Amino acid sequence: MMEQELRVINVGAPHFAEALRAQGAPVIQLNWRPPADGDPGLIALLEQVSGPEVDAANAQALAAIQTGHPVLVGVERAGDVVEGLTRTTILHSGPPNRWETMAGPQRGAVIGALMLEGLADTPEAAEALAASGEITFRANNDCGCVGPMAGVISYSSALFVVENRTHGNRAYSGLNEGYGKVLRMGAYAPEVLERLRWLNTDVADALRQAVGAMGGGLDLRSLIAQALHMGDECHNRNKASGALFLREMGPHLARLGLAPEALARMLDFMGHNEVWFVNLAMAASKAVLDAARGTPESTVVTCMSRNGYEFGIQIAGLPGRWFTGPAQPVKALYFPGFTAADAALDIGDSVITETAGIGGFAMAAAPAIVQFVGGTPDLAAELTRQMYEITLAESDHYSIPTFGFRGTPTGIDARRVVETGILPSINTGVAHRLPGIGQVGAGLVHPPANLFADALRALVAAGGRPSGG
Amino acid sequence: MVVRVLVRPDSYFDSVSLMAVSQRLKELPEVADAVAIMGTEMNKRLLEGAGLLTAESAAAAPADLVIAVGAETESAAAEAIAEAGRLLQRRGGAATGAAGGASESAWSGAAAQGAQAPRTIRSAVKAEPGASLALISVPGLYAAREARMALARGLHVMLFSDNVPLEAEVALKQLAHEQGLLLMGPDCGTAILNGVGLGFANAVRRGSVGIVAASGTGAQELSTLIDRLGGGVSQLIGTGGRDLSPAVGGRMTLDGLRLLQADPATAVIVMISKPPAPAVAEAVRAAAQAGSKPVVLCFLNGGLSIDAAAVRAISLATGEAEAAAAARLAIAADDRPPFAPAPGRRLVRGLFAGGTLCDQALLVLERALGPVACNVHPDPDRRCGPTGSAGHTLLDLGDDELTQGRPHPMIDPTLRRQLLLEAADDPETAVILLDVVLGHGAHPDPAGALTGAIFEAVSRGVAVVASVTGTEADPQRRSAQVAALRQAGAVVLPTALQAASAVATGLAGLQGSAGREARLQGSAGSAGLQGSAGREARLQERREDA
Repeated sequence: MMEQELRVINVGAPHFAEALRAQGAPVIQLNWRPPADGDPGLIALLEQVSGPEVDAANAQALAAIQTGHPVLVGVERAGDVVEGLTRTTILHSGPPNRWETMAGPQRGAVIGALMLEGLADTPEAAEALAASGEITFRANNDCGCVGPMAGVISYSSALFVVENRTHGNRAYSGLNEGYGKVLRMGAYAPEVLERLRWLNTDVADALRQAVGAMGGGLDLRSLIAQALHMGDECHNRNKASGALFLREMGPHLARLGLAPEALARMLDFMGHNEVWFVNLAMAASKAVLDAARGTPESTVVTCMSRNGYEFGIQIAGLPGRWFTGPAQPVKALYFPGFTAADAALDIGDSVITETAGIGGFAMAAAPAIVQFVGGTPDLAAELTRQMYEITLAESDHYSIPTFGFRGTPTGIDARRVVETGILPSINTGVAHRLPGIGQVGAGLVHPPANLFADALRALVAAGGRPSGG
Repeated sequence: MVVRVLVRPDSYFDSVSLMAVSQRLKELPEVADAVAIMGTEMNKRLLEGAGLLTAESAAAAPADLVIAVGAETESAAAEAIAEAGRLLQRRGGAATGAAGGASESAWSGAAAQGAQAPRTIRSAVKAEPGASLALISVPGLYAAREARMALARGLHVMLFSDNVPLEAEVALKQLAHEQGLLLMGPDCGTAILNGVGLGFANAVRRGSVGIVAASGTGAQELSTLIDRLGGGVSQLIGTGGRDLSPAVGGRMTLDGLRLLQADPATAVIVMISKPPAPAVAEAVRAAAQAGSKPVVLCFLNGGLSIDAAAVRAISLATGEAEAAAAARLAIAADDRPPFAPAPGRRLVRGLFAGGTLCDQALLVLERALGPVACNVHPDPDRRCGPTGSAGHTLLDLGDDELTQGRPHPMIDPTLRRQLLLEAADDPETAVILLDVVLGHGAHPDPAGALTGAIFEAVSRGVAVVASVTGTEADPQRRSAQVAALRQAGAVVLPTALQAASAVATGLAGLQGSAGREARLQGSAGSAGLQGSAGREARLQERREDA
C-alpha cells in the first residue's frame, strides 16, 4: 500500500469520485448497477457458481477457444460426413424442433429439401411426409453443423468442411444461395431447387478440387481477421471476406479447366453474393467453439441458435443440453416494400458468429452497417464495448482497428450475462414469415433473458458434472 | 396515390444508409410508401413490385440513386423527396468520430463517463490496469460481493457501505488478511492513504503520525487537530466500527498497527475507537506494545479524549510538553466570546453530522447535566426517536434511520437546517450545539448552509455553539467557515470537545443559579486551558472506575 500509487475504482456514489478528482487522484467511476437487477434468487445463484473451480474451468474453455484455428479443408456431401444423417433425416437451425412448431421459413425449407432429395414430388406430398413422423428432425448444432436462417441440411447437401487445426474437430455448413427466393428463407420453387442442385454438384465439385489444390486448405482465421480490418463483422456484412475468399480461391478455380462460361457463372455467383462468406464464418466459429464443449463446470456459452420458434443456448459444462426460450422479434430496418408485419421471428444458426466473438460482438469494426443498430458509429462502438462486460477475454486473433486493435470480446460467460443483465447483442437478417419470399430486412436482436440463468441453475443441479450428449 | 421520383445520377450510397432513409420517409405524414435505393436491375424490380416504378426510375443506371415516394397528396410526396435530400446530405457530412476503446485518459476522468464507463470492477480492471483500491459505497446488500471481487483482483478495499452482514465482514477481512490487503470497513467513512483522502477526509498535512481508526468523524477530528498543532498524518487507516467486536477480533486494526509499525514514514501511532471488547482490547494492547513505535490508544467514551490523543501524539512526535501543546490547541484558534441564552431557556439541543462527535458530547453533557436523550444513546431508556425529546436532546443525524432515502448530513445540510429552526422555535431551547465537518467529500459550504438558520435562532435568544472540524487546506477552508458561523452569531470553539464542554458548563451554571443571568465563557469555563488536560485526566480516571 505504502509503495503503490493510489488509483481508485469508485463503486457507488459518484460524489466520492469527484472528491478524489479534486485531489488530483486517478479514479474510475463505475457505471454500477445491482447485480442481476437486484434479484436475490439470482444473486444467490451467482454465488453458487462463483467458486475457483468454475473460474478454472472457464479459463480452460477460454484457452480452447483462443487457440482454435479454423481452416477450410474440403467440400463434401452431408450424407458422407455428418454422423447419423440418413436419407430421411433433415437438419435444421436452432434448438431441436418439430414440424408442428416450425416457423414458416423453416417449413418451406423442409418442403424444398424433401423434394430436392426426391422423397416427395409436390409441396403437398412433402408437407404430408414431414408431418407423418417418418422424417427425423435434428438440430444442426447437435450434429456439428450450422446453417443460416432455416438452416436446412439434407443428405445431398454440399457442406464446407472446416477443421479446427489445433484441436482436430470439424464443423460443417452449406453453400450460401444468395438473396431473394432461396431455400434458407423457405422458398422451394423449381428455380430454387435447380440452383441448389447446381451448388451441390458443379460448384461443390469445383470448390472441392480448388481447396484440395491449395494444399493445407484455406486459413479462415486469418481471412476473418483481415476482413474485420476491412469493415466486415462477418455476420451481417461479408463484403470483404467474400472478396478475400475469391482472391484466394480464384486462381485454383481457374486451373480446373472448366468451360469459361461455367467458371464465369460460379465466380459471378460467389462474387456478387454478398453473404457468400457468412456460411464459412459460421462453420469457422462452430469449429472453434466446439473445442470448448464438455469442459466440466464451465459457464462459457458454446452455442447460441434460433429457429423462428425458439432461441436456444448451450454452455461448455453441459454439452448437448439446450436452454430455450421464445424466439424474439428483430428490431430491424426493412427492405423496400416490407414492414415489421412481414417479419418472421429471430431465426438461424448464424448467431454462432457472435458466440465466437465476431458478428455483433465486432460491430465497431463495421461502421458501414451501423444503421442497423441505431445509426451512428458511436452507438456501434458502444454495443461492442458492452460485450466486453459479458465476455472473459479479448480475442487473440480478431481485433478492432478503431479500438486501438483491441481484441474482440470473446468467451461469453453466462454468469456475467446474469450479473450485468447485458444480453448478447446479435446482428441478424430477417426472413419473411411466409415460406419462399426471402429476406425482408436486417437488424438487431437479443436472446431471451432467462436462458443464461436456466443454464447456471442446471449446472448447479448437475453438481458441475457434464451431462447429456 | 401520387408517385414522385427523384433520380440522382452517379450518387452511390450504401444500402443500409438508404434503408434508414426509406424508413424515415415512411414515417412522414401522408406517405404510404417510400424507397431509397440504387438503380440496379434487381432494385428496379423491387420498385415495380411496390408500384413505384416510373419511366424515369426505370431508366436509372446502377450507379444512380433513386428515391421513390408514394403519398396521398402531391405536397406530401414533394416534402418526402426534399426530406430525403436533407437526410442524405446529413449522412454524407456526418463524419462521426467513433469513440475508441479504453485509454489512459479514463483515469483522468476525461473518458469513460456515464453509460460508457465500465459496469463492474472486473471490467474496469481489465480495461484500465493499474488500479490499487476499490472505494465501495453501494447498498450493503451488494457491497460484500463487490468487495470480494475487488480483493480477488488484488485491490485494497474501502467499504463505505453499511448494513453488511457480520459474517461477510469476518470472511472478507480474513480474505484480505491472507492476501496482505486492506479491508477498511464496512461502514468506514474516512481514510487517508498516501496523502489521498478517501470518503470524508480532511486535507491534513503529511507527517509522522499514523492513525488506525474505527471511528470516522473521530478520525477526522483527530487528524485535523494534529494538523492544527503543526503535525501531520502518514496514513489514516479506517477499520469500520465493528472491527473491535469479539466476532471480528480487531483483524483490520491489528493489521493496520503492523503496517504502521513497518512504515518508515510513521513515527507515532494513534489508534482511535470506542472501547473494544475486553479480549480484543487485550490483543490491541499487546500489538501496541509489540512494536518499537509509541502507540496512543484513544478509546472513546471514557478513555483518552480525541483532543488529548492529538496532544499526546504531537508531544510524542516532537517532544513538546503535553500541556504546552494543549494550550496551543485552545489559544491558537479562538477568543471565546461569551454566550447568553434568554431567560427561561434551559435545554440543549445538539444536532450532529458526526456520530463520534455526538457520542463525545453526550458523555460530556450527561456528566454535567444528568440524563440527556439521544437517538443513538447506548442506554435504551434514554434513547429517543429521530424527532427528539422534551428534555436535553442530542441527535446523530448521520444515523441509519435518518439517512434512509436522503444523503448524509455531511453532504446535504437540509435536514439539519430544518431541525435547527424547529429547535429555535422551542421556547425551552437555550443552546443549540453543532459540529461542522469539512473536508473532501463534504458539502462545499456547510457553514454557509446553516448561517441563515443560526441567525434566526440567535435573534430569538437561543445560543448556538459550534465546532469546525477541518483545516485551512480543506476545500471549504476552516477559517472562512468559522468566520461565517461567527458572523451569524454562533460561538465557535476550537474543538468539538471544547464546544460540548462549554455548553455543559454553561447550562450547569444556569441550573445552579436559577433566575440569575448567566454569562458563560467558552472552552472549559473557568477551569481554563491548563485545567483542560487535567480535567481530561480526571475524566479518564472516572471512566476507568466506572
